[in-house]
Amino acid sequence: MLKNYIKIAFKVMLRNRLFTFISLFGICFTLLFLILITAAVDYSFGPVPPETKLHKTLSVTMGRLETESGSNSMGPLFSPWFFRKYVKTLTTPKIISISSYFNPDVIYHEDKKIKFGVKYTDAEFWEICDFNFLEGKGYSAEEVAGTASVAVINQRLRQEYFGDKPAVGEILEYNDKRLRVLGVVENVSILRIMPYADLWVPLGHAEIDLDYPTLIGGFPGWYAWLLAESKSDFPAIKAEFQQKLQHIEFPEGRFCKILTNATSYQEALARQFFRNEDDNMGPFMLVLLALVTIFMLLPAVNLVNINISRIYERASEIGIRKAYGASSLTLTGQFLVENIIITLIGGILSIILAALILNIFNHSGILADTILTINYRVFLASLGFAVFFGIVSGVYPAYKMSRLMPVEALEGGE
Amino acid sequence: MIYLKGIEKVYRTDKIETTALRDIDLQVAKGELISVMGPSGCGKSTLLNIMGLLDKPTHGEVLIETASVNNYGDIRLAKLRNQKIGFIFQSFHLINDLSVVDNVELPLIYRLMPNKKRRQLALAALEKVGLSTRTRHFPNQLSGGQRQRVAIARAIVGNPEIILADEPTGNLDSVMGNEIMEILLKLNQEQGTTIVMVTHDEHLAKKTQRVIRLFDGAQVS
Repeated sequence: MLKNYIKIAFKVMLRNRLFTFISLFGICFTLLFLILITAAVDYSFGPVPPETKLHKTLSVTMGRLETESGSNSMGPLFSPWFFRKYVKTLTTPKIISISSYFNPDVIYHEDKKIKFGVKYTDAEFWEICDFNFLEGKGYSAEEVAGTASVAVINQRLRQEYFGDKPAVGEILEYNDKRLRVLGVVENVSILRIMPYADLWVPLGHAEIDLDYPTLIGGFPGWYAWLLAESKSDFPAIKAEFQQKLQHIEFPEGRFCKILTNATSYQEALARQFFRNEDDNMGPFMLVLLALVTIFMLLPAVNLVNINISRIYERASEIGIRKAYGASSLTLTGQFLVENIIITLIGGILSIILAALILNIFNHSGILADTILTINYRVFLASLGFAVFFGIVSGVYPAYKMSRLMPVEALEGGE
Repeated sequence: MIYLKGIEKVYRTDKIETTALRDIDLQVAKGELISVMGPSGCGKSTLLNIMGLLDKPTHGEVLIETASVNNYGDIRLAKLRNQKIGFIFQSFHLINDLSVVDNVELPLIYRLMPNKKRRQLALAALEKVGLSTRTRHFPNQLSGGQRQRVAIARAIVGNPEIILADEPTGNLDSVMGNEIMEILLKLNQEQGTTIVMVTHDEHLAKKTQRVIRLFDGAQVS
């Protein structure tokens, strides 16, 4: 039966080439946009180097602090003191790392102005991240404990500061400090906001007192990474962290309640989206689905109209099929399959187009060090979009058509 | 085999109400060959469509083998049409995008029959109507007579007990018409298929066992 449907679907497509072109154009344009967004989202949040261990990593980033009067502060607001006292002391994770987000800064070197981002990290940062070291290595726990004048830089900063020479062992001057370069890593895209920087230095170089008892950390913001042995340890880690938060001190005096979680990337995104700290991903996924649906709706309505025209063109065929035993349900299935075939063709064309566009984008340098690709996750998501689009745009025409009485259909659907 | 009780069919539009059939009581016995005659617009095709479960009467009851189908849902009606009835239409109603053999296979597809068996039966049906050399052709590559033979092959491929033919020779010349009529007669005589045929042609009607005459939606004989 499926073979018959596929045969018919191709015949119908070839029969009315203008309709097919208009349908495919609409499908391609819609899916292309979604595939490009998916590729960008996947690159930003998927397991891309140096964050290859995301599947077993939780992070503590966002949170909310509430006062007695009900006002609150939200965002990536916690201090190094908070992370060291309440996160670093957790026993269930395998490795815990505390880092700042990157801080944009400038160095003047040999009459050159070099813009870059600096990040303060501990030694565990290099264990959790999977940087590709072009030279040397990261700094050790001892070097972090002693706030040694050492640094790791990326390829770009090496090129701008040292030229083409190897940099390990060389001195980089920054904020009156003479930092000895320990390692050079491959550039990381700014889309990977958590590991991104051009210069990484031990925590103690941050110009704040890391042990000052305050919950709020200030600019550039701080976070913790918790690497688990495996994903199955996540509930225990989350529970231990929540347990710890129940006995938290509020050194500022004005706060009385803290809400935060150890979360995966997706959960962190969901929480930021809804600006709450509930432990429920359901609504986020629903909203995401609704957004995708709304985006697909306009081209889908267009496709629905084209499909309805095609249906009336095929009214006689529907009548014949009904006369010979097709039920409304079978016919709905047939026309849905046909529609999904055309959207899948559109999907495959969109994937080819997206790959070409991404190739141009990757070589354009619009977003430095960002390589967006159609990997298997993006590919599967794209096929999913195509099938979803096929169903959304096909259900109504298929239903409408299948409801015709056989005799009405045979007479041309009047 | 088919029993129509007090059938009435009214077509309604915003302004006009047209009665196509009124108070029809008709019984078709198993193995009968019946023709339905009458002037254009007298309700012959409507009667055939109601018998074939392609349309619903406004009033009255349709029974197939003693079971009333009035309350049957879409799926049950589809199954009944698929298993018991074969249709032959004046304008052939073949699917132009499918080859001859694919058109003939159509009723078997909805019986979820395996491919090989389906193909075998379709080729056998085409053989019966003398079209075994045209199986890979498409309908628009055939003459009117050949198309009607394909339609007959499609109607008989599932071995239905009833064949409903709506002016099967209406679009054909007399030679072709006679050939088609011969095929129907043979089906009735050799396989005992019940056939109800709408026709304008007295000559063809004479070859059937009984003639039902309609006038203005009512049965007059």
